[in-house]
Amino acid sequence: MSVVTPAERSTWRETDPYVLGHGRGGSVPYATGHGEGGPASKRVVVGFGFWIFLLSDIVIFSCFFASYAVLARETASGPSAKDLFDLGNTALQTGFLLASTFVCGLASLAVDLRNQKWTQVTLLVTGLLGLGFLVLEVREFAEFMSRGAGPSRSAFLSAFFTLVGSHGLHVTVGLLWLGTMMAQFLAKGFRQDIRHRFLCFSLFWHTLDIIWVGIFNLVFLVGTVL
Amino acid sequence: MSSEPPTPFEPGEELDRAPGDDIEAGTNVRAGVYGYLLGLALAAGLTVASFWAVQSHLIYAPGIPMALAVLAVAQMGIHLIFFLHITTGPDNTNNVLALAFGVLIAGLVALGSVWIMAHLNHNVMPMSELMQMQR
Repeated sequence: MSVVTPAERSTWRETDPYVLGHGRGGSVPYATGHGEGGPASKRVVVGFGFWIFLLSDIVIFSCFFASYAVLARETASGPSAKDLFDLGNTALQTGFLLASTFVCGLASLAVDLRNQKWTQVTLLVTGLLGLGFLVLEVREFAEFMSRGAGPSRSAFLSAFFTLVGSHGLHVTVGLLWLGTMMAQFLAKGFRQDIRHRFLCFSLFWHTLDIIWVGIFNLVFLVGTVL
Repeated sequence: MSSEPPTPFEPGEELDRAPGDDIEAGTNVRAGVYGYLLGLALAAGLTVASFWAVQSHLIYAPGIPMALAVLAVAQMGIHLIFFLHITTGPDNTNNVLALAFGVLIAGLVALGSVWIMAHLNHNVMPMSELMQMQR
């Protein structure tokens, strides 16, 4: 590989190395995949691959959202969204998950700094907030079922439990993953492969909150005005 | 190369950026925390706006679902920018293109289903009414 001067690097940062849509034509040898550019670093490949997986997960959730939107009024004379939903609970859940995703961002700063204490503290807080969200969700599901509004009651409730339940399942899996990451940072330190795993975890956790934004707006809040 | 400050990133990352990596902040913790705080404030503001939109009577009632959809999309954008660090810079081209394709498919599935089913509801008579007409 040729020697790259810092001045050259900063020029590349400011200009588009792939010469996409700028009408300059031609290719440059230092861009990833071109000439001396070589393949992208493993961190980029891992992060991009996981990003593709997350987008496929978003597509799956869009199917659940579609089925819920179609079936939201089909209550089979059972309880409707308006009868069941408690906005106080939804607001609390939303607060927990938003705070959790924020602290997870702080955790990724701590990992960048290789600061073990702050990594463990922020990840613990991320996990506790996520756990609080999950406890509220399980309590709400249990209350619905005790009122005879289980997933088998109506098409509306089947679609509701599928959509919100799969999100809850993702959060549960995320909590297990988070515990694993805390243990691995503690036992193996800030090794490159562990940091790549943590990049994937943080992407996963932030994406879960994006899906929750869709759920609390389009399921819980719209449900009260349907 | 050695004259530059250390970054959490790896060689070869000048031209491509993994999703989730914050190029602006780098190892500058203050800038990083500031970015997350700004994202948190904007997201919390939009969340409060959503809950307010439902409970206040200022918005024309049949328009509330559309208002909520707009607020949801706005908040998703805030999360993408401030938490997932997806930018429009040249080092994010791959990430943005993947996102655009994902959003296209998700939009086709969700909006397409709602559209088709609304038309079916409108145009296809329920079986019970059909039976009554034949009697």
